[in-house]
Amino acid sequence: MKDLYLILKNLTRKKMRLFLTVFATFIAFMIFGTLTAFQKAFDSGVDLAADDRLIVLNKISFTQVLPIAYVNRVRAIEDVEALTHLNWFGGYYQDPRAQFAMFAVDAENFMEVYPELVLSDEQRQAWIDNRQGLIAGRSIADNFGWEVGDRIPINSNIFSQRDGRTDWDFDVVGIFEGADPQTDTNGVYFHYEYFNETQSFGGDFVGFMALRTSDPSKNEAVIKTIDDMFANSPAETETVPEKVFNKAFIEQIGNLSLILTSVVLAAFFVILVIVGNSMILSIRERTAEIGVMKTLGFTSGRIFRMVLAESILLALIGGVLGVFASGFMITAINSAPIQLPPLILDGAVWSQALLFVLLLGFITGIVPAMNALRLNIITALSRS
Amino acid sequence: MSDDILFDLKGVSKKFVKGKDTITVFDGLDMSIARGDFLAIMGPSGSGKTTLLNMLGGVDQPSGGEIWFDGSRIDSLSENQLAKWRANNIGFIFQFYNLMPMLNAERNVELPLLLTRLSRAERKKNIAAALELVSLSDRARHMPSEMSGGQQQRVAIARALVSDPKLMLCDEPTGDLDRETADEILSMLQLLNRDYGKTIVMVTHDPEAAKYAERTLHLDKGVFVEKDLAA
Repeated sequence: MKDLYLILKNLTRKKMRLFLTVFATFIAFMIFGTLTAFQKAFDSGVDLAADDRLIVLNKISFTQVLPIAYVNRVRAIEDVEALTHLNWFGGYYQDPRAQFAMFAVDAENFMEVYPELVLSDEQRQAWIDNRQGLIAGRSIADNFGWEVGDRIPINSNIFSQRDGRTDWDFDVVGIFEGADPQTDTNGVYFHYEYFNETQSFGGDFVGFMALRTSDPSKNEAVIKTIDDMFANSPAETETVPEKVFNKAFIEQIGNLSLILTSVVLAAFFVILVIVGNSMILSIRERTAEIGVMKTLGFTSGRIFRMVLAESILLALIGGVLGVFASGFMITAINSAPIQLPPLILDGAVWSQALLFVLLLGFITGIVPAMNALRLNIITALSRS
Repeated sequence: MSDDILFDLKGVSKKFVKGKDTITVFDGLDMSIARGDFLAIMGPSGSGKTTLLNMLGGVDQPSGGEIWFDGSRIDSLSENQLAKWRANNIGFIFQFYNLMPMLNAERNVELPLLLTRLSRAERKKNIAAALELVSLSDRARHMPSEMSGGQQQRVAIARALVSDPKLMLCDEPTGDLDRETADEILSMLQLLNRDYGKTIVMVTHDPEAAKYAERTLHLDKGVFVEKDLAA
């Protein structure tokens, strides 16, 4: 602790250099915090997927539909506990560019398949009772300012009604919360019957089915039973665990994880060069002073620790400020009217950031600290 | 070894290897420094003055021979042991003061005390006493850049004596000062020697500075001759 004052004084002796180095670290860690939150949000679709939930798709592609007649046949299979079917609606509210996840579903069974979407019993019943009723997630409801009791028009950029209109009127009957902070509450769900009766593309088809098995250990048998049941039919199925489905869906966008990791790594590499160079210069300028300190009796080990501590402290200041700033950015992004899974800056991101801060401080400090450690007093004093 | 002898050099040699050449600075040097001595070492450039001072201060090791300090042999100590020995026994004063530019006067004086177990309050007390001794109490919070050369050297003297070392080593302490300021600094060293019993070894080019010492050794090519300035 006695050396802390010296470390701080050395750190702050060149204010502009300190500011620029901290700023560079700040930017790198702000990028890190924000992109890591993005990555976690996208991964949460996979991480939070239920082990006992299966998705039944058309084998050709998930853009192809399945006959509604399949639903009851699958529902009758042993170990299928609950089942709902979903049709992508392609909905948007007022702005055609802001499409969101909206599905026509089997309202009676939907909440049993997705228990992580928390809706009060009263609102659930109101939904079942009202064929024009929809339920919306907290996030999207807040973004659009929807409240229970509102009657809203929602357009589809895929379907149209039989009279040619592309807008449907809905009653907002429920707003659901997520059981987990990372549960996506950007979805909107409404009655399949309302959709099926009004849309003009022909009827009685579903986009895909989602079901829960009695136990994850039964998944394999259920998958085989379903896919065997519809083998060689005009619409063969492919049944996959929800994790696999979500992962494949995210990969449609591209390898997000690789893209985000690459950006973070590039930012860290740049910062490593900047801070490392700054530290080396800073210590080189202090060669004579280090010589004097050694002459006075400071051991080489103690000076080594002081230089390393200075480097770690430098990284810590920029890093912590950067992650804090990413917290503000994430709050702003979450409250913006854009359809993204909830971004969260949790303890895991902080721990990871702290680890990187320490690593950055260590890597950028080790070379100048070693130089200071090895510095010969006579050589050092000759530079004064 | 007599109790009065603080430093004793026995057959000390110092050689530097440069490529294929070996340069011998000292070869079998014997020397004693008594407690309370104020010794000036003079000589032309390259005579070995600074090398000798470095060996006395434990920042350089001899190639051969023995160096005894206060009854203990120091030439065989490790780098870390020498660092602790320096902290406990030696105060250094340099030609260019070598103060830490980012620390004010009292924080500069505090540096050697950071190597002790003294509390902050005890350290402050010692710093105040040292600064008072060099008449710089009113400049305690001033940065080196806000002080004249003479004032900076007085801070350096305060730093050298704050931990009450047995020996003060001065390398051209007035080499960067005008005559009047140099005399002030030398008078201060003389006072520390006479009134506080500090043993002082000073390397200097300046015959006027050497007059403040009790005795002067003239070094030439690694061999020195003692001269009585009064003679």
